[in-house]
Amino acid sequence: MFDKKELDKIKQNRKDWEKNCYSPHVKKHPERKDKFENLSGIEIKSLYTPDDVAHLDYVEDLGYPGVYPFLRGIHATKYRGRLWTMRMFSGFGSAEETNQRYKYLLDHGETGLSVAFDYPTLYGYDTDDPWSRGEFGKCGVAVSSLEDMETLFDGIHIDKVTTSMTINGPAAIVWGFYIAMAENRGIDRRVIGGTIQNDILKEYIAQKSFIFPPEPSMRLIVDTFEFGYKEVPRWNTISISGYHIREAGSTAVQELAFTLGDGLEYVRWAMKRGLNIDSFAPRLSFFFNSHNDFFEEIAKYRAARRIWAKELKKLGAKKPRSLLMRFHTQTAGVTLTAQQPEINIARVTLQGLAAVLGGTQSLHTNSMDEALALPSEKAARIALRTQQIIAEESGVTSTVDPLGGSYYIEWLTDKMEEETYKYFDRVEKLGGVISAVEKGFFQREIAEAAYKYQKEIDENRRIIVGVNDYKMDEPIEIPILKMDEKGEERQINRLKKLRKDRNNQKVERNLERLRKAAEGDENLMPFILDCVHSYATLGETCQVLRDVFGEYVEPAIY
Amino acid sequence: MVRKIRVLVAKPGLDGHDRGAKIVARALRDAGMEVVYTGLHQTAEMIVEAAIQEDVDVIGLSLLSGAHMTLFVDVADLLKKKGVEDVLVVGGGIIPEEDTPKLKKAGIAGVFGPGTPCEDIVDFIRKNVKR
Repeated sequence: MFDKKELDKIKQNRKDWEKNCYSPHVKKHPERKDKFENLSGIEIKSLYTPDDVAHLDYVEDLGYPGVYPFLRGIHATKYRGRLWTMRMFSGFGSAEETNQRYKYLLDHGETGLSVAFDYPTLYGYDTDDPWSRGEFGKCGVAVSSLEDMETLFDGIHIDKVTTSMTINGPAAIVWGFYIAMAENRGIDRRVIGGTIQNDILKEYIAQKSFIFPPEPSMRLIVDTFEFGYKEVPRWNTISISGYHIREAGSTAVQELAFTLGDGLEYVRWAMKRGLNIDSFAPRLSFFFNSHNDFFEEIAKYRAARRIWAKELKKLGAKKPRSLLMRFHTQTAGVTLTAQQPEINIARVTLQGLAAVLGGTQSLHTNSMDEALALPSEKAARIALRTQQIIAEESGVTSTVDPLGGSYYIEWLTDKMEEETYKYFDRVEKLGGVISAVEKGFFQREIAEAAYKYQKEIDENRRIIVGVNDYKMDEPIEIPILKMDEKGEERQINRLKKLRKDRNNQKVERNLERLRKAAEGDENLMPFILDCVHSYATLGETCQVLRDVFGEYVEPAIY
Repeated sequence: MVRKIRVLVAKPGLDGHDRGAKIVARALRDAGMEVVYTGLHQTAEMIVEAAIQEDVDVIGLSLLSGAHMTLFVDVADLLKKKGVEDVLVVGGGIIPEEDTPKLKKAGIAGVFGPGTPCEDIVDFIRKNVKR
């Protein structure tokens, strides 16, 4: 980024500085550690200067926001034009209780919705299934039918607010509930906006709420891509997620590499189906974690945009909209401490700030009590307020990509990219993403990284405030969310009534048609929509697909 | 030769958060114990059956979904029902403090929340193993 003469001068200057200033100083006052590393194990130098980024070409490698390679952001004006969407991941107990929480959050300035489902829903089971025992509403809201979805969004303007739904194995069905709910209210499917996570590859890799084996899962996903751009054009049909990969213990580089690798795999499968890349690529979205190492996270987001733009171009995408990476961020749940829970507010502030400086399109900030239970109303409100402080008070939104051009940030962005490509090569040598999943490659890499991190903490080589240093011996006093204990019973009774009152002949017929279609190769979305419109439950619809596709069992590796 | 302590690390129910279970499994192995990891999605029946088959001294349950009051207790109850009394049962995960005494009463001898050093779990098992 500098001319040669200028650069030579800088290099010479740096040598002089090292000799005359740095080295004598370090001799007298040694640094606190022999080696400084970020969470990906990348060694960090004491100082970065222009020669660390001299190999970069400003126009080619950095460029301008809103244009290729989108390193500096996907919009020309960024947060000067529009703030990120404040989208708090939320759901617990029954649809009624969660509906109340959504209204509460919207009343307090939330600008998008994000649904957390309970485990039975994530696995495609109804609340009255034996597998659901003990799990109703525990780590999300239970949605077993279109009726529950109608309750969940009762009184919420879904034609104005967008909704993100963290659902993967049964994503097509739950999306069907949402579309059907809108239609029953007289809202056109072309008007509604939102996101389904629908990212099965990272389920095998990390989050583990998979149902079907890889092949039929990928087919379902491509079905949603196709149906999405034709019928529900404002919907993001996938949110390719690094969040859970990171939460399972990966490093930042692994999160970046595995997520983008998954993304490219989806593109290849959709192209194999014969879909035009520029038809579906604009609706692909991403979801990243924001962990503790501030600059590493920012570099990760910036690198992600550049790599994605480059790779999509290589795959033949022409529309600028296909090349730009839009992403949601959530602060790292795994960094929250049960000890001195209030100090989590400070962690979340830093992590949220990193996401904003990295250019996120939407953000969830964790609540301080989440290492103990689901967030209480007050804790969730404080987390939302944290975003509002970043947005309204900190001044970081005044210019686009404010850290762009920092020698350290640009060097680190480039380094993260380089490390990502090394992982791409390793995965390719293993026969691609699905083959690497089946060989346990990702799972092993993540387990290694997680164990290394824990050992560093256990051996006090990494300090976690309140956990292995700055400890306080006091009881944890924080109000814990209490759920309505009658919720489960009510839900089961409602399901019973639904199964009695609906037109069961119609349900049977629609489920049978879905079965036939699943055995063939038609797009399943229209069949799924018929099932859910006739109030077939999640469990019933999913069971048809389980019968046809089978279930995935993972190798138990630790 | 002293017999190594045998531990079954198990994930009951639908919860997929397995970072903690895997870290603990490795830490126990590194501490010289023999570890069997069940993998995900185990029913109480599957866990107790595996514990008997593998002749383990300890069952370590991990759950982060909040269903511990049901699923941990199911395992403890089933062990009692089958007359298995010499297996130490411990558990960990996202567990509010107020649940700990109830779990202990139900037969989960040790309960470990977030931030527990692995060494504490190793020590607890060594001190409390019943055979």
